[in-house]
Amino acid sequence: MTATTLTINNATAVPMQEVPSLPVNDFRDTLLELVQQQEHRVSAFFGLPASPAGLGLELVAVLNHPEDGNCKLARTVVKDSFLSLTPECPAFHWFERELAEQYYLEIPGHPWLKPIRFQPPLPGSGGSKTTTTIPNLTVGDTDYFTLEGEACHEVAVGPVHAGVIEPGHFRFQCLGEDVYSLEISLGYQHRGLEKMLLGGPDRRTLHLLATASGDSSIASTTAYAQLCESLDHTLQPEPEALLLRGIAAELERLANHVGDLGALAGDVAFLSTAAFCGRLRGEFLNMTAEICGNRFGRYLVCPGGVNMAFTPAQARKVLTWLQRVMSDVDNALELLFESATVLDRFEGTGTVSTAAARELGLVGPAARACGVNLDLRHTHPYGCYTLSAPAQAADSAGDVLARASVRRQEIAASAAWLREQLAGWQKENRRHRSTPRLAPDMIAVSLVEAWRGEMCHVAITDADGTFRRYKIVDPSFHNWFGLAMSMRGEQISHFPICNKSFNLSYCGHDL
Amino acid sequence: MFTVLKARLKQGYQTGKFPPAPPNLPEKFQGRPTLVASQCQQDCQACLEVCPTAAIVQNEGRPDRIDTGKCLFCGECAAVCPGKAISFDPKEYRLATFSRQGLLDPQQDSAPPEELQKLCRRSLSIRQVSAGGCAACELDFNVLNTLAWDLSRFGISVTASPRHADCLLVTGPLSRNMLIGLQKTYAAMSRPKWVIACGACAISGGIYQDSSECCGGLEEIIKPDLYIPGCPPHPASILDGLLRLMGRESGTRSPADS
Repeated sequence: MTATTLTINNATAVPMQEVPSLPVNDFRDTLLELVQQQEHRVSAFFGLPASPAGLGLELVAVLNHPEDGNCKLARTVVKDSFLSLTPECPAFHWFERELAEQYYLEIPGHPWLKPIRFQPPLPGSGGSKTTTTIPNLTVGDTDYFTLEGEACHEVAVGPVHAGVIEPGHFRFQCLGEDVYSLEISLGYQHRGLEKMLLGGPDRRTLHLLATASGDSSIASTTAYAQLCESLDHTLQPEPEALLLRGIAAELERLANHVGDLGALAGDVAFLSTAAFCGRLRGEFLNMTAEICGNRFGRYLVCPGGVNMAFTPAQARKVLTWLQRVMSDVDNALELLFESATVLDRFEGTGTVSTAAARELGLVGPAARACGVNLDLRHTHPYGCYTLSAPAQAADSAGDVLARASVRRQEIAASAAWLREQLAGWQKENRRHRSTPRLAPDMIAVSLVEAWRGEMCHVAITDADGTFRRYKIVDPSFHNWFGLAMSMRGEQISHFPICNKSFNLSYCGHDL
Repeated sequence: MFTVLKARLKQGYQTGKFPPAPPNLPEKFQGRPTLVASQCQQDCQACLEVCPTAAIVQNEGRPDRIDTGKCLFCGECAAVCPGKAISFDPKEYRLATFSRQGLLDPQQDSAPPEELQKLCRRSLSIRQVSAGGCAACELDFNVLNTLAWDLSRFGISVTASPRHADCLLVTGPLSRNMLIGLQKTYAAMSRPKWVIACGACAISGGIYQDSSECCGGLEEIIKPDLYIPGCPPHPASILDGLLRLMGRESGTRSPADS
């Protein structure tokens, strides 16, 4: 039997030719078999114009399994239609909606085929332009799931929200105070990022990726740097550079988890922890700025290494700082998790079942809170995590409390790991500068565990070694539907804490 | 209750002394950029080649000055400059201006709107709208509301309703998909009303200036009254801009030896 997929390690590249190009039915069967029978995750499923031009659309799938530590690649070429996998395998639903939108691909059989970003099609989209799958491009103007009857009412929220947050549109179908369903319509933050990456890398590329999702700059630039390093073997980051990327990534995780637990406290009016954590989040951002000058780590990671030198004296300074801040964090969180009024609101609220989490392909803390055992730092170790990684968090209840508790565990684990790494920082690393020269006609996959979960970048180069396609799958892409699920049957007043317990990225999704 | 009080004692008083004391900036902070054209080497284009946002303005084909409205403060230009003609002042966070021209040449900046200073000197309500931002500007604006900065002590508040707002603070390069949302929010505000562009994206489109899905910032859509450069601007830069807009005393330049 010929191979239906190609297995590669995380953060490596192979010639595109080596990925088996299957007849479309075999491609479907392979994906269904791997995801349904063998518990694989869908990390990416996307299209690009087939080469040579005019052949149609090439579909590429990247799957991974938490236990075997590698990635499986498969591809096929379709003309202008692809029979939906979603009815059998819900994890594909969002990817297929994206494909239909980006390339005017007809996807018969999809139960809810509508735009996810309201973006114009990407260059080279095949198919007939008169297709009915994408009826219009006015953002938010689409059919929504509705309920009719005397007891029903609809609550529409956004795109502009009450606070200082990103835009998105939420439609709640309610029966009295209870939410029957929530539909989330995004795309307001769409700024054409994937389109701008085509033909790169150029002087903008690193900066574009740093802004894919502004609170996950380290994760995103690390994913990009790893891709470049797999496609250009002259780029060999030294171990200190890899470790500094890890240190920055854990500071990023700490800042966001601490900030979110504070925000959760604020949403149940537990103001002490809300106030303390708001300030403490900033301390972690300032530690990142101590390393690289920018609170979000914008200029730290670059292909081939890191852009900043970190001295042992600075490491000692950050270590002392971290000890002091962590003592306050522990104190603020103890207060939160010991308060009966808080626990009463968190416990049993916004539950997502293990089965739903698996079927939808949730990632990160949201998945770990549902008893799904996923953490790329352990399952697909990359960079410095091949040597050691912060302990993996786990819970099984799937509710707001479980998501909060997983975050708390991760705060403790990351802080412990950071203390160890900072204490062992003996010599100054070298700064690196270079322009990547990528190998032609390759495909490279890079998976990193961002603070929200699995982030997948895939690059496909053309004959000149420039990006023929650069696919970003932000963790939020997997998790937005999880938030919608968590609200089913919940009181509408629980939306703020369900939302904060996920705290998903609009811009990372909208790209 | 007792444990809450005990925790409050442990956490201590954490509000910063800025202003009027200078803010605590990181050692490697990339503040105001300066380009000394006379130090440029003949026919050298190194900075122009690496700048991701074409922020380096040329005069007769040679690098002349840096447009802080486009600059990401990434420092790439300074790193490649053989003549050390470009530097970023690590102590100068006061970057906000009242005109687009002021971002090119601070000497040519205009005065803040008089009517605003008359009406809003002691109280300013801000409605924020994110239009294609990456969330970093939003986050560092939000930081001002934490107890570390305590924005409300200056009479500045963030309001949910545009009806209650004096100012619209916009972040992001203005994605086409948010154009209507932004225009409707602005239209819903009562007069007099002012506009703040926060971050390189909102000012000029920033790294997204060439995107076909964005409008290249606010400039052509609603003329801003305050421009706060940065990617994202440091909270101290945002607060300094807001205070000067209101006509209040802001901080001083960080002393060189702090």
